[in-house]
Amino acid sequence: MVKKIKPNLSVKIGKLEMKNPVMVASGTFGYAAEFRELMDLKKLGAIVTKTITLKGRQGNLPPRTCETPAGMLNSIGLENPGIDRFIGEKLVFLKKLGVPVIVSIAAENNPEEFITLANKLNGFMEIAAIELNISCPNLQKDKLISQDPRATFALVEAVRRVTEKCLIVKLSPNVSSITEIALSAVQAGADALALINTLGGMCIDVNKQTPKLGAWVGGLSGPAIRPVAVKMVWEVYNKTKVPIIGMGGIIDVSSALEFFLAGAAAISVGTANFVNPRASLEIITGLERYMAEHNLQNLSALTGKLKACKN
Amino acid sequence: MPAAQIKTKIITNRRLKANYWHLEFESGLIARSARPGQFVNIRVNDLLEPLLRRPLSIHGVKGARVKVIYEVLGKGTQALSQRKSGEFLDIIGPLGNGFDYPSAAKSKGKYILVAGGMGVAPLLFLAEKLKTLKPLVLIGARAKELIICTPEFKALGAEIKLATDDGSAGFNGRVTQLLEIELKQTRAAVIFACGPHPMLKAAAQIAASSQLPAQLSLEAHMACGIGACLGCVVSTKDGYKSVCKDGPVFSGQDLIW
Repeated sequence: MVKKIKPNLSVKIGKLEMKNPVMVASGTFGYAAEFRELMDLKKLGAIVTKTITLKGRQGNLPPRTCETPAGMLNSIGLENPGIDRFIGEKLVFLKKLGVPVIVSIAAENNPEEFITLANKLNGFMEIAAIELNISCPNLQKDKLISQDPRATFALVEAVRRVTEKCLIVKLSPNVSSITEIALSAVQAGADALALINTLGGMCIDVNKQTPKLGAWVGGLSGPAIRPVAVKMVWEVYNKTKVPIIGMGGIIDVSSALEFFLAGAAAISVGTANFVNPRASLEIITGLERYMAEHNLQNLSALTGKLKACKN
Repeated sequence: MPAAQIKTKIITNRRLKANYWHLEFESGLIARSARPGQFVNIRVNDLLEPLLRRPLSIHGVKGARVKVIYEVLGKGTQALSQRKSGEFLDIIGPLGNGFDYPSAAKSKGKYILVAGGMGVAPLLFLAEKLKTLKPLVLIGARAKELIICTPEFKALGAEIKLATDDGSAGFNGRVTQLLEIELKQTRAAVIFACGPHPMLKAAAQIAASSQLPAQLSLEAHMACGIGACLGCVVSTKDGYKSVCKDGPVFSGQDLIW
């Protein structure tokens, strides 16, 4: 009988150490407390908060979500209480969990806001990493920072100067070359790249002859975008050695494995949290089983181990 | 009481009449903690289509059984109506705030329940809890054949009045017009309403002009159902509130229409 190994699921991304590579994606998990009755939060590899801005934001006009084939559109518009109330009200619960907390931040008007936000978060030991959301499609901007390699470089470099924390940069798929943007972020000092954010999209109610979202357009997520995300992870993995956190339509262990094989060091579960709050925990169990069955001792034996098709 | 995600067998899932369906499943956990006005969020199948769960009002509980009624309107409820007894459903609940009924009335008078179409769903559960108060129940629908649950309300000893758009049963007109007429004749204490958005808006205005408290159960498309995504918000005097977590029941005077 073949002796089954006990796989080691731990992974290190910059200074961020996780017991397993399964995180929950920003904007799909609130501030974790919302899910506490439905799952054992302590089992997660890391928790990424809903994006925080300097001042509170009331978000976009409803309706803000709309179901699409194998996916959904959202135009929440970064509704959040602002950094001070986040620290005062939301961080208290997160800190007690003993799970690495990653705080997602964004600027509303001026990129300088990222610096202020990072400075405010630096003092909290429990915050394991900062994720720069430079790719939210719901801010009614003509151009996102992550759609411009120079703006990406400048922003990441500026935040890198003020924080020692693990710095994750979340990228938009709405670009002509994801690798160009990824390299800019890496050269500016990013510890990891999170990809992908949502794809721009629109749905129309043909009876009312109106858009289905109050903000007209939104971001597409869910299994519908997974092939786009897997390709982008694979492309970026081939160009850089910085760890990639893969996300986009992961709903079960099989879809998570696609990302690891394409080159992700860790993965994030997003829209699936709405469909099945236990999806992330089921993926952890499934991943452990897969690694044992394939005799993989560590995640490094899985990440990027994609092979060519055999004819 | 906390919400739970459960997998449970369908006990019955059958058509009541027209597009209205009745679903029953067993969950002691949900049955024990469910309050009128709360809902369950049901994954109608294991496929990616439809992707999101469907939130449905709790219609009642009996022992460990939970009852839900729903109208087949889109692909989600269509898929749910195809599910057979004995099959498993993935259900999260109970969710939402529910009606605040024990302390609802500020003054003495009738408890008036106003239902539009499927709005009877949570109001029957509420009527059970208000049984000793003998509430007045106004039910509106487009036509007589679309009115449901009258025998159940009658069995609770409630007084029932109907309104139909085509005059095929009861008052010929909107249920909110009927409410206005009733308020002229009846000393009311509080109004509970559930139904389409325009009906709730009218009910809120009528309640306000009669200086009556109104509790309105709102419907919304939801993504998470637990207050995490902030997708299903409504405008209130206190800013945006999520229908799934802060609601679905809101005070009429707090909502901005």
